Amino acid sequence: MSTAVKSKNTRAVLAKRTDSAKQHLSDAELLRLFYFMRLTREFEESIITLYRQGKIIGGAFSGNGNEATAVGSAFCLKKEDYLFPMHRDLGAHLVKGQTVRNLMLQHLGRANSPARGRDGTGHYADASLRIYGNISHLAAMIPVATGVALASKLRNERSVVMTYIGDGGSSVGDFHESLAMCSVMKLPLVLIVENNQFAYSTPITKQFIVERISDRAIGYGIPGFTIDGTDINEVVAVCAQAVDRARRGEGPTLIESVTMRMHGHSVNDGAEYVPKKLLDEWKKKDPLMKIEKLLMDKKILTPAIRSDFEKKISAELQEAVNDALESSYPPAEDAASEVYAE
Amino acid sequence: MPVISYIDAISRGLREEMERDSSVFLLGEDIGEYGGAFKVTKGFLDHFGSDRVVDTVLAESAILGAATGAALVGMRPVAEMQFADFVTCGFNQLVNNSASMHYRWNLPVPMVVRLPSGAGIHGGPFHSRNPEAWFFHQPGLKLVAPSTPYDAKGLIKAAIRDSNPVLYFEHKRLYRHIKGEVPDGDYVVEIGKGDIKHHGNDISVITYGSTVHPAIEAAEILEKQDGVSTEVVDLRTLMPLDKELILSSVRRTGKVLIVHEDTLTGGIGGEIAALIAEHAFESLDAPIKRLGAIDTPTPFAPTLEEYFLPNKEKILTALRKLAAY
Repeated sequence: MSTAVKSKNTRAVLAKRTDSAKQHLSDAELLRLFYFMRLTREFEESIITLYRQGKIIGGAFSGNGNEATAVGSAFCLKKEDYLFPMHRDLGAHLVKGQTVRNLMLQHLGRANSPARGRDGTGHYADASLRIYGNISHLAAMIPVATGVALASKLRNERSVVMTYIGDGGSSVGDFHESLAMCSVMKLPLVLIVENNQFAYSTPITKQFIVERISDRAIGYGIPGFTIDGTDINEVVAVCAQAVDRARRGEGPTLIESVTMRMHGHSVNDGAEYVPKKLLDEWKKKDPLMKIEKLLMDKKILTPAIRSDFEKKISAELQEAVNDALESSYPPAEDAASEVYAE
Repeated sequence: MPVISYIDAISRGLREEMERDSSVFLLGEDIGEYGGAFKVTKGFLDHFGSDRVVDTVLAESAILGAATGAALVGMRPVAEMQFADFVTCGFNQLVNNSASMHYRWNLPVPMVVRLPSGAGIHGGPFHSRNPEAWFFHQPGLKLVAPSTPYDAKGLIKAAIRDSNPVLYFEHKRLYRHIKGEVPDGDYVVEIGKGDIKHHGNDISVITYGSTVHPAIEAAEILEKQDGVSTEVVDLRTLMPLDKELILSSVRRTGKVLIVHEDTLTGGIGGEIAALIAEHAFESLDAPIKRLGAIDTPTPFAPTLEEYFLPNKEKILTALRKLAAY
């Protein structure tokens, strides 16, 4: 029973903080967030097109439905903070400073991509931007992010580490081990669980029976929040609180961001197992539609600005695609090099 | 030169590196106030403080992942597995994260994992393992396994200074049983270099870790009783292997026995045998012979454990067969 009470309390605190933080986003910031969300969606659509054209090999993933969570969360980070994104967080890379060009090269596995063709999609690191991509073993990056948070604390850097996992990945032991370590040591970690209703084909009803994944925070003695992951204001408000808490040295926060995976697990998955009714409901909560309406209502976004954004995004993407297609794969013999550092 | 134990040599190496480089720190279970299950880090907490000697929750995957993360951003963590057996709980971190990061990201991961390993201490199936072969198969990791106090200190220092993830297998039975001369000052034992621990001309024993000692004893007995001269090659580093040293010894002697305490099938000895067969076949005067623990979990009762492990008598028997071939 105490769990339910605690959950209600958590929600009450959340609502209050959301309201106060809503006033903090300036018009310019909201426009910037909209731009990155739009860019994220357009980028991922071009990735899917390139995959269908056979120009991207391996796999292609979409974070459609997750744009507000990915962009809004990483938006709360400073330059000196660390980002460990997942495969539905393309927007987080972009808002942390990664270029469209680099991300496109990365998806096409070119020699001049950040991972030099040794791995694709978001599986790269860019130390200059403090971005470290995930590996495919879900939750395995949380302990690594924990180590960066530990280094930040030991060196008194005040840098915050933000990382992500899905509803499915929250069942992996690394999720628990990391929260156990971070909570006891008060490490500056923000862990966002993107609860997008499905882990590949497994619905959340087969993944956990708690009312909210954030209820698990109680077990670690840390704050846990469940937020509407399609609402940019709510994402930014709660993530900013968590980042501040981490920076103050008070320890980690668990945030469950409720979203919907609007496409299949990957481009190869038709997701016939997702009830159409569920998709229809979530379509009404499309994060991009919501932010656009918010900005139009507030007269922050005008048709002229929107058209300007679209042109800019389209041109940037086209240039990145052309550049990536003209770039070479690495020379074959590169495969044998750099297994070890000198 | 001072004579100290194997375990003290590890402690001294750790201490000297922590004095030398402030980015070096330790993390693991019970390593602080308690000083570690084997007391390798006894007194370290008082001397270096809790920012350098970090007691952790009981979570091997988090420990190894955290070491990887700290190394990625420029620290030099030394993670202790309380027993090498428990590294399986963090296996994924080492083989998928730590091992692949430099290849994929071109970023160094200068971390050390200390693994108190090995049998012969009546530890039973879960406190006796020699898990090196699992990691030997993973490109991107380096593996060292000292047999003497001198090598133990020199290799822990080299491992800490290396820019790659290094797995440091320290044998529990050697901790207090083996003593040797160790210089007070700074020196390193280069990773990737083996060492001839007993010179000979008729047979080569290729070995590492705990079995170096019974191999030397067997070589001395064989020399006295049979007049056969045996060379004992201590690999010291398992990855990368000192191929030149192995091949040059075998080419000189023409006969080879490969010995390790790890179970035989799928052990590192198989790779060494393949290396010799591929590159020194024409120098061989006898079939390559291997000796390891038998292919079972490590049994508990002394009679069973003795049967399980390679020892001086088994090495001697194998050497006599080779000598007679």
